[in-house]
Amino acid sequence: MLEDLYQQVILDHNRAPRNFRKMERAPHHAEGYNPLCGDRVTVYVRLADDTVTDITFEGSGCAISKASASLMTEVLKGKRRSEVDALFEGFHTLVTGREAAAAAEPDLGKLRVFAGVREFPMRVKCATLAWHTMRAALEDRAGVATTE
Amino acid sequence: MTGQPRQAERASVFDVETVRRDFPILHQTVHGKPLIYLDNAATTQKPRAVIDAVANYYARDNSNVHRGLHELSARATEAYEDGRRTMQRFLNAASAREIVFVRGTTEAINLVAGTWGRRNVGPGDEILITAMEHHSNIVPWQLLCEEKEAHLRVAPIDDAGALRLDVLESMIGPRTRMISLVHQSNSLGTINPVAEVVAMAHARGVPVLLDGAQAAAHGPIDVQALGCDFYALSGHKMYGPTGIGVLYGKLAHLEAMPPYQGGGEMISSVTFEKTTYNKVPHKFEAGTPDIGGVVGLAAAVKYVDALGRDACSAHEDELLQHATERLSRIDGLTLVGTAVPKASVVSFVLEGIHPHDIGTILDQDGIAIRAGHHCTQPLMDRLGLPATARASFAVYNTHDEIDALAAGIERVAAVLS
Repeated sequence: MLEDLYQQVILDHNRAPRNFRKMERAPHHAEGYNPLCGDRVTVYVRLADDTVTDITFEGSGCAISKASASLMTEVLKGKRRSEVDALFEGFHTLVTGREAAAAAEPDLGKLRVFAGVREFPMRVKCATLAWHTMRAALEDRAGVATTE
Repeated sequence: MTGQPRQAERASVFDVETVRRDFPILHQTVHGKPLIYLDNAATTQKPRAVIDAVANYYARDNSNVHRGLHELSARATEAYEDGRRTMQRFLNAASAREIVFVRGTTEAINLVAGTWGRRNVGPGDEILITAMEHHSNIVPWQLLCEEKEAHLRVAPIDDAGALRLDVLESMIGPRTRMISLVHQSNSLGTINPVAEVVAMAHARGVPVLLDGAQAAAHGPIDVQALGCDFYALSGHKMYGPTGIGVLYGKLAHLEAMPPYQGGGEMISSVTFEKTTYNKVPHKFEAGTPDIGGVVGLAAAVKYVDALGRDACSAHEDELLQHATERLSRIDGLTLVGTAVPKASVVSFVLEGIHPHDIGTILDQDGIAIRAGHHCTQPLMDRLGLPATARASFAVYNTHDEIDALAAGIERVAAVLS
């Protein structure tokens, strides 16, 4: 059970998060905050021709939130806006939805390492915080994004 | 003559296994492991005596209080007012009229800020709190200060988590209207020198409210010896039900304060032109109160009295000492809050590991701790930490459980590597 949550890939991204840096003069960025646990993340995005050309993050949080942000940046780089939206919905279903629905989600690729989060309802928001923040950044939403 | 030796005899035979049998919830497995409940600063478990008292009240005596002329109403009123006398004895208040029943510590502080505060605080005045306060002893005063254009001032703590009493004293000025501070910190375990604070404050004519949410679990509390003007506590942190608590206030304050909420029970007569308020404490208890909660709270006080409060405190102190020694030996672990004196709380962080991961991994071992900011975000900011993991102890915890906690913490690093 615990091994389902803390998969090796997740532990690796927790130890050495990818794209973990502030992006100077980022065209899109947003701050995310989980008031329940105090996790904070800022996501920076650069788009060109409707495609994510660069995406980075910084912040502090648990292993799940840090690894989720890290894997998200890896997966989204090079994706078109429509693909980003589809992955957002797919990831959400993966960590919150029914197992069958999650299994039917196409093209989640390595994001599937977060399937175990479904068994830990208290930790779902750790996994989704970076995704909500990314979406707020793309929509240039002011204020602080939350998972609520 | 007969009372004293019997109590001493009880204290000497304090047996944690006997105590554990009184708490039905402890006898279960979580994720296939025996439950080890170490989140007592959040809420304590309830002994059978409390569960039965509440169930029996609803099964036999349930009625509304103070107004009925029938037998059940008389019994419910007697049970409710007997609960008030029990809480008077628990706090050593001069009169049962100084005991106001509220939902908990949070409501007690809101009541004082909203009534005493509204009447006595004006533009430019100051409310003095400390850096280790729970949000419930920050936000009600912030709301008051915002409304009255008053200032909230914060006395600092040192790196060990002890109050800087000298600085606090220097911050008491001509505009200070109230000092409101925690008796025992929920995040750090620090026991504050509240009697000294009261003496300093009273020397300058400033009243003091004590947040006793944590300290009440480890009583006895003597409000007359402490000299405080107000004392707030929550039943559920002292083995009683949720949703019931006490505001103690000196009679002179309570008499002078305007009502808190309007409604039934708090009035003596109502016309559309004018309402005359009921006497203290009923003036502050609008609406049907939590009678079942009061019955349960009184049962909780009597339960711990029967165990012997000194014996319970000695047991918890011994657990704290053992936990402090055992956890200090874990590689990469830093204890947060090492003030002297402290009680029954061990907050800690592990190098490179977020407290939430500690909480989740320990839960898989059946060990319930708390991870987060513990409703003390300004304190976490002061300590430079986003969160801590916290184990907190009660009368039913054992040495073996602390050893299991330590082994669990050692496993956390292995799981995450």
